[in-house]
Amino acid sequence: MSEESENNHIVLEARGVTKHFAVRRNARDLVARTRRTVHAVDDASLELRRGTVTALVGESGSGKSTVARLLAQLYPLTSGEIHLNGQPVKAGRGRSFRSYVRRVQLIFQDPFASLNPVHTVRYHLTRSLKIHDRAGNGEAELEQNLTALLNRVQLTPPHQYLDKFPHELSGGQRQRVAIARALGADPQVLLADEPVSMLDVSIRLGVLNLLKDLKDRLHLAILYITHDIASARYFADTTLVMYAGRIVEGGDSETVTQRPAHPYTQLLIASAPHPDRSGAEEEPEENGTGEPPSLIDPPAGCRFHPRCPQAMERCRTELPPRFDLADGQWAACWLYDGTGTARTDDHQKEAAK
Amino acid sequence: MSEPVLTISGLNVDYGTGADAVYALRDIDLTLHRGEVLGLAGESGSGKSTLAYAVTRLLSPPGVITGGQVHYHQRDGRALDLLALSAAELRAFRWQELSIVFQGAMNSLNPVYTVHNQLTDVLQAHRPEMKKADRTARARELLSLVGISPDRLGAYPHQLSGGMRQRVMIAMALALEPEIVIMDEPTTALDVVMQRQILRQLVRLREELGFSVVFITHDISLLIEFSDRIAIMYGGRIVEQAGASEIYRDPRHPYSAGLLHSFPALHGPRRELSGIPGSPPHLSSMPSGCAFHPRCAKKVEGCDTHVPVLAAPDADGSRSVACWLHHEAPAPAARA
Repeated sequence: MSEESENNHIVLEARGVTKHFAVRRNARDLVARTRRTVHAVDDASLELRRGTVTALVGESGSGKSTVARLLAQLYPLTSGEIHLNGQPVKAGRGRSFRSYVRRVQLIFQDPFASLNPVHTVRYHLTRSLKIHDRAGNGEAELEQNLTALLNRVQLTPPHQYLDKFPHELSGGQRQRVAIARALGADPQVLLADEPVSMLDVSIRLGVLNLLKDLKDRLHLAILYITHDIASARYFADTTLVMYAGRIVEGGDSETVTQRPAHPYTQLLIASAPHPDRSGAEEEPEENGTGEPPSLIDPPAGCRFHPRCPQAMERCRTELPPRFDLADGQWAACWLYDGTGTARTDDHQKEAAK
Repeated sequence: MSEPVLTISGLNVDYGTGADAVYALRDIDLTLHRGEVLGLAGESGSGKSTLAYAVTRLLSPPGVITGGQVHYHQRDGRALDLLALSAAELRAFRWQELSIVFQGAMNSLNPVYTVHNQLTDVLQAHRPEMKKADRTARARELLSLVGISPDRLGAYPHQLSGGMRQRVMIAMALALEPEIVIMDEPTTALDVVMQRQILRQLVRLREELGFSVVFITHDISLLIEFSDRIAIMYGGRIVEQAGASEIYRDPRHPYSAGLLHSFPALHGPRRELSGIPGSPPHLSSMPSGCAFHPRCAKKVEGCDTHVPVLAAPDADGSRSVACWLHHEAPAPAARA
């Protein structure tokens, strides 16, 4: 039971995190003295717990990768706070950044680009171990640590891989090396930004199962960023759905995928390929067409309202807060006003504006 | 089943010549019937795009067609040998009879021309007798066919979203009402919502216009939903061919089964899935015998030495599979 409670410990938390990117001004902006910004992420709050996988699902351009980069402290925040083990952190550069990175590691989408083509696997892993002071004393210990890392990501026998260059490895093997490199820091949190979408379909599950195994054995808190909601159901304990820079729904993965509350999540699930539907000719009714809005000038109110089949007058003007539903599920949608209780969090102030 | 519109038999494609040649496609036998959606599934390096390029004679060096035949069957019953067409005949054939939507098609539009310009260009080249006003009218019609408002005719590609550019490409492929449309990963760059909208539209258009579609993708769950028949490729060969629901309910080749188990389901019970161990082979180091045998859990004696022949596993002959599990023990006469 003690492990259970330990697993509920929140390792990394984002509170009302917002990121706006400035748009380069053109002549017209200079004359009109306007400053345009891309509202990449607005008021995102999430918790990563020890030993659990949290999935962040969204279309391209929804801001999900920006969230990962903000959590990795690669960008400064526009507003909001990031807490690591309950302490607010604001990593700058240099020493403080490095000590942050030691605990929060990021895995990128493209293992063909994230490994240096002129260096061997040994070099990549040694560097990670040395930078994070885990290389041990002397050659023998280093060798031992390297072998342990490769064993952990199931690249066995390790001596076969240590002196290989990235081009000699397949996509799946490269991604495993990238994961091993992240584990070299012995992190508490792993931020995985679409870790399998560049891999061949038959090997994707192998990598996901590896991450699952690492979560169980090393009690990592994993943020799994994906556009594939079916894989979120398979792999993640908790799922958050992001649309146009805002997190619109969250809850237990099974609940979110089986009983989606937000109309956007419903659209996403109805759109996913569904082999059982073939032949039966029962097309899902048109539930929302069109495309995500421009984030330079996002729609007022709920950002999904221009596409939402159930949009009400209120949706056009007022930003919906989080409404808590049963079983820990919540949705930012006015449909649930009255059925649940609105949270009056601090970061909902913007809603009032 | 309706009459065939495209038959491919014994097609072989190499990359490079002489001792450096690697086999990209081996002994491809495939028939596309009129009005059907044929799905072509496979991972990277399986040869699915090479097949599309070879059939349209777009294969650029070092790709060489080293053998086999591709016949196009016209409505009047005459067969056209595509591999023997001259350059001029080929130009007339492409787009008129067979068009192709390329992978990453949304980036295939010319950024400095308007949509109007690019849509009417096709008509101008193939229907020189058409009047300018008629061409514009046809372009407007095409845009509304794929669900874009005709006012966007004057737009440049950068003014359209990815999904709209993809639709423009599809409109262009349909401009001359071809008999066959080949779609090479038409929606992989798009989000699921847009993907479904475009595919639904395509299925509707096919019903209206009656063309046949070759749909190439790695996403087998999408194929099962949208195609009539599926051919699964691995290591440059077709390993299984059957109706979409047959593949889904009863895959015969261990690779097809593995591929189906690589996609987590969104509905139904949550199962522990395993994917397929190992990784797809590289063209330059293709395993001997059945290319899948190093990754196969069900391999039997002979799989590593004899290439299985694509043949019907049961008597009815509606499907075929290339696996020794379903055929007589490796025969010495197996095609190498």
